[in-house]
Amino acid sequence: MWRRTFRATLRAGLGPGATGAVAGAPGARVGSCRFAGSDSEKAAGPSPGGRVSAELIEHLERLALVDFRNREGVARLQAAIEFAGQLRAVDTDGVEPMESVLEDRCLYLRADEVVEGSCAEDLLQNSQQTVEEYFVAPLGRCYTEVTSLCQNKVNNIQS
Amino acid sequence: MLKGYIPPYNATVVQKLLDQGAVLLGKTNLDEFAMGSGSTDGIFGPVRNPWSYSKQYREKRKQSHHRADEDSNWLITGGSSGGSAAAVSAFTCFAALGSDTGGSTRNPAALCGLVGLKPTYGLVSRYGLIPLVNSMDVPGILTRCVDDAAIVLGVLAGHDPKDSTTTQDPVGPFILPILRDVSKLCIGIPKEYNVPELSSEMQAFWSKAADLFASKGAKVVEVSLPHTSYSIVCYHVLCTAEVASNMARFDGLEYGHRCNVNVSTEAMYAATRREGFNDVVRGRILSGNFFLLRENYDDYFVKAQKVRRLIANDFVKVFNSGVDVLLTPTTLSDAVPYLEFIKEDNRTRSAQDDIFTQSVNMAGLPAVNVPMALSSQGLPVGLQLIGRAFSDQQLLTVAKWFEEQVQFPVIQLQELVDNCPTFSQHEKLGLVSLKR
Repeated sequence: MWRRTFRATLRAGLGPGATGAVAGAPGARVGSCRFAGSDSEKAAGPSPGGRVSAELIEHLERLALVDFRNREGVARLQAAIEFAGQLRAVDTDGVEPMESVLEDRCLYLRADEVVEGSCAEDLLQNSQQTVEEYFVAPLGRCYTEVTSLCQNKVNNIQS
Repeated sequence: MLKGYIPPYNATVVQKLLDQGAVLLGKTNLDEFAMGSGSTDGIFGPVRNPWSYSKQYREKRKQSHHRADEDSNWLITGGSSGGSAAAVSAFTCFAALGSDTGGSTRNPAALCGLVGLKPTYGLVSRYGLIPLVNSMDVPGILTRCVDDAAIVLGVLAGHDPKDSTTTQDPVGPFILPILRDVSKLCIGIPKEYNVPELSSEMQAFWSKAADLFASKGAKVVEVSLPHTSYSIVCYHVLCTAEVASNMARFDGLEYGHRCNVNVSTEAMYAATRREGFNDVVRGRILSGNFFLLRENYDDYFVKAQKVRRLIANDFVKVFNSGVDVLLTPTTLSDAVPYLEFIKEDNRTRSAQDDIFTQSVNMAGLPAVNVPMALSSQGLPVGLQLIGRAFSDQQLLTVAKWFEEQVQFPVIQLQELVDNCPTFSQHEKLGLVSLKR
């Protein structure tokens, strides 16, 4: 019996987005489309973030301590946001968020007792700059130099 | 980012293997931080599929008038645990560990003709596994036959006090009985997995496998997993969010690569991370931070968590309706050439290639790729079996039955044939496996 239905779906060219109890918005068919950068399959409506502003980029770079200010990076972020917008098509009324598949279980936590350690030397071995038992970080917390420094590094590498 | 890093401790899975007398031959290549589906984005370069050099593939290429010895058109292994797959496939070792967060063990297993097992989430310890998505990661097992995978699982499974997400229930032993009668088995075929991108050849193999089960008396039914199409988007949000958090520990201070910038601590962090991470990783970190912004948190992150529950519930409903095991393709087609694979970017490829494997990680279920046959190009094609949570033994028992039925051929690599006179395609796989 399954075989007839299998062949039927092949003929009908049904994609996964056409079935199921979930309300599907146009453009929300994920399984049957080419992803990322495909103009024909953008999510309906503008994404909440709108266009990615320079302020947003700077804010994200500050939070992530990862710079990605070139055009390709911004485009990639924009595409990622639009792609994620497809979630809005799913009806999740009354559904609780799932944090872990083991949520129904009582998980074991170790007692808060120190049973191993005393390996400071081993751990310090892996660091590039240490002084006695300290990891050494540069002084200062100034971020504004960061992006220009990164840009300089890129320029130096490219030149 | 981890250049020069020597771990001061062993992962639990590694220690368990060592305790059983395993000889560790080395560490294998992968996509950077396990992000990718081709094993093409690692610092050591892309991984080549040993089947590119197999007699089976080369003879088919000669037949279709391609130059059989051209080296430039080698094939990818799939990913992200491609190095591990290549090592096992080329008979370098009996077994290898990988990781599986979205299919990273099963995908290369399918493209390299191996058994790739993703155990149930919570069965095998993640202590020492660099986390990508803490709620979905599992260590994966790659072997040449199902019995070997069961042996390795038997060593690795079990509660670990150092990983609170491991189950305390007694597990194993994973000794697989020989299944002679499949008439009590109910195989489910999820109709949503029949996507347009699936190659017609793969469709035919899938269909043939279902027929095989039916012909031997198993009940084969069509089932529905309605939220399958949302799993890639859901994964996209959850993965990038977790990555944004998990990658925060890499700052150059305590270990790994450190940039020579001394203006300020944050400047050093940022420069180090720029140098240490590739584009893929950095892109995911930025996206993840976006989804975790206070104004976006509910709309994206919590929403994705809700969708995750819907996906997991789909599986629960299907298994509760009497289905024992689901049968699906693992990949869209057989292995493609590297030059073709890199025409699309990492995220596009991952989104395409993870379609059959990803939702299993969402639901935390066990799944295994079993190699089935060679394609018209002479390359491996595998199918995926998915089981109920913590039914790994039953899953592997069915996988073993399937493996016995299909008799997947051994790879014919010239070096192996030259150096081992008794080695031929007629040798049973068991002679070069862990089982004696």
